[in-house]
Amino acid sequence: MNCVTKLLSAVTVLVLASPTLAADLRIGLQDDADILDPHRARTFVGRIVFTSLCDKLFDINEKLEIQPQLAKEWSWSEDGKTLTVTLRDNGKFHDGTTIDAAAVKANLERAKSLPESLRKSEVASIDSVEVTDATTLAIHLVKPDASLLSQLADRAGMILSPRAFESADFGQNPVCSGPYKFVERIQNDRIVLEKFADYWDANNFNYDKLTFIPISDSTVRLANLRSGDLDIIERIAPSDIEAVKGDANLAFYPVTGTGYQALTFNLKKGDKDTFPIGYDKRIRQAFELSIDRNVINEVVGQGIFQPAYQPFPPTSFAYDKKFESRQRDVAKAKALLAEAGHERVKLEIAFGNNTASQQVYELIQAMSAEAGFDISLRPTEFAALQSALKEGNFEAGQSGWSGRADPDGNIHSFVSCKGNLNDAHFCSEKVDALLEEARSLTDTVKRKALYDQAEEIIQDELPIVYLYYQPWPFAARAKVKGFTAYPDGMIRLKGVSSEG
Amino acid sequence: MIEIVFRRCIVVLPTLLLVSMLVFGMQKLLPGDPILTMAGEDRDPETIAYLQEKYHLNDPIPVQYVAWLGQIVRGDLGISLRTEQPVLGLIVQKLPVTIQLAAFAMVIAFVIGVPAGIISAIRKGTATDYAINVVALSGLSIPNFWLGLMLILLVSVQWQLLPASGYTSPLEDISQNLRTMLMPAFVLGTGLAGVLMRHTRSAMLGVLRSDYVRTARAKGLNEKTVILRHALKNALVPIITLSTLLFGELLAGAVLTEQIFTIPGFGKLIVDAVFTRDYAVVQGVVLCTAVGFILMNLVADLLYIVVNPRLRDAA
Repeated sequence: MNCVTKLLSAVTVLVLASPTLAADLRIGLQDDADILDPHRARTFVGRIVFTSLCDKLFDINEKLEIQPQLAKEWSWSEDGKTLTVTLRDNGKFHDGTTIDAAAVKANLERAKSLPESLRKSEVASIDSVEVTDATTLAIHLVKPDASLLSQLADRAGMILSPRAFESADFGQNPVCSGPYKFVERIQNDRIVLEKFADYWDANNFNYDKLTFIPISDSTVRLANLRSGDLDIIERIAPSDIEAVKGDANLAFYPVTGTGYQALTFNLKKGDKDTFPIGYDKRIRQAFELSIDRNVINEVVGQGIFQPAYQPFPPTSFAYDKKFESRQRDVAKAKALLAEAGHERVKLEIAFGNNTASQQVYELIQAMSAEAGFDISLRPTEFAALQSALKEGNFEAGQSGWSGRADPDGNIHSFVSCKGNLNDAHFCSEKVDALLEEARSLTDTVKRKALYDQAEEIIQDELPIVYLYYQPWPFAARAKVKGFTAYPDGMIRLKGVSSEG
Repeated sequence: MIEIVFRRCIVVLPTLLLVSMLVFGMQKLLPGDPILTMAGEDRDPETIAYLQEKYHLNDPIPVQYVAWLGQIVRGDLGISLRTEQPVLGLIVQKLPVTIQLAAFAMVIAFVIGVPAGIISAIRKGTATDYAINVVALSGLSIPNFWLGLMLILLVSVQWQLLPASGYTSPLEDISQNLRTMLMPAFVLGTGLAGVLMRHTRSAMLGVLRSDYVRTARAKGLNEKTVILRHALKNALVPIITLSTLLFGELLAGAVLTEQIFTIPGFGKLIVDAVFTRDYAVVQGVVLCTAVGFILMNLVADLLYIVVNPRLRDAA
């Protein structure tokens, strides 16, 4: 055997040797996470990483019900302005320090006062935090806020080590309280976590190491899963669903999310003559009657784009089936247009320039044309679309929302007169009053009645046409057992294990 | 000589200044507000105001430019708006990855392209020549993204021989590094192999017609010696020049391949930064690339002068 042959053989052996370990779990994400500081982070994929890295005061279950996590028990005062929380006494941070009431107080104050905190609006109702004893604290509110528990079941309620969070590079070296601790991050390449042996529920977490790998192309992400280089992937493309279902080595985990995809009309664009759809609700109603959400679901979504007619997902207590009665009716749409004095109406729709959105809006363009709408499509790069929506530089625009467990998070900011996300510029004092009152109550029956009333008005005015609920389709290797897809799209690894 | 160097440096300075203006200005022309991207889904007005203040985005653009330039002069490229990692650190982290990919691709291109070019030139007009030309043209015509996806589906999904994507540093695990680099380097290399083959073929054809090759044959040297020792040596000169140019292009042009195979290199860094409006990273990376090219030109100019005394007088 000559030198070249020997060298080639050595390289081949090196190349074909597979280095993977059974106790590792590799998760494919659609994007790379941003800064690894829950109080400052903004991305959806960042939340997926935090779910394993940082414990929260509360968690949710598949039905969006609040569950204990670091908080063992909690209770509301009579006036709904004080939340008393009792912490579990065996919680530890990754730096070995104990999680006590003082640490939780420091975290809530950081979320509220850190200049770069993106959680300020989520904890705005907190007035002060009082430490009663080592494991008990009283959270005093400015006014009753029923959505607070669900906020504290997300990033605002994630508890970081106070000893570490003063450090300038905390976002690169997070010290948290979850089942896995931070090891390393290479931007655009991977985030690696390893099991935290002192975690209070460590026995229920079966993997020694987690690696989160961002792969933006859904075809490549799926190819990695099929080749065995990844174990779980999120957001598989609707066009790949059949392939996943047909592969015996893979399992498909679809779930209807808490968020939605919708079309927002700019009610302050131009004037009545140049932009009638912004000023006459009958034209917006005609538009809605011209589209068939089931067609979008079947043609583009391959069955996972569950039609949405309201901002609340079916798992939410605020959801009501009565708002789903409006089906496509072209004749009625034409009649409404005629009543508004128009035969044909022009409209430009700005939307994110990806394949699924392009297909959805082309369908909408074709369906609404039959009723008298001449739609021009403006595919827009994501960051530019965000700016256009914020600055009011659009006629109708795609708006997507990842969703919140509490109904308030899916409606208040979008339709209240001063809402941060009210791109429609819709304003109704009645709706504002109903939403404020719903926010102040903890009784879900009473809250639902108020949301119903607000929805009646919104469905009549139609500043936003909801299209479908945001699905979170996961796929995993068949050997991965115990995985459950949650409506918030997070990956919870408690009880998940790999066979073989 | 010192005077010449000084004069050349004086020319370089305004070029660098112009490049920095272009880099900064072009970035500002992009639609989409980076602060909105940073402020998250909730778009809290208080946070937006704070971030605009923090990053001086309310200042007039010339003021922002001067502040950025001052920072650059101090050797600080800033931090990523997205992850707060230092931009210089990111460049130092990503550049070796792309250099390795480009080097592997060049090796593959050479191993395939040069021998194919030689054979094609020797067998000019035969079926072998036509076949090689057809394959080379195919290599040039097949888009990288298509070939990449096909290889992933065949080699990784079907045969499960190599990882579908990702990257491992050679310092960490040399075997895994080779496994992850093989397919992307092959995809990049096959495209270049076509270019190299065509240039090698035409260079060899030129050389094979020259007098000294005829003389070598007349001396009774065997054909292998004539081709490899005499003809190829001279034909390789333009090929090497072309290769250095191609290598430079590869460093900036491996974007698509890096995206498909999720190689965290220079190209992927800049593309992701543009889409997330990470101004600091885009500005830093583009400026570094431009400075690299300008400095290389300066060094080349100076080397010409060192090598050729006549140019010294002209300069």
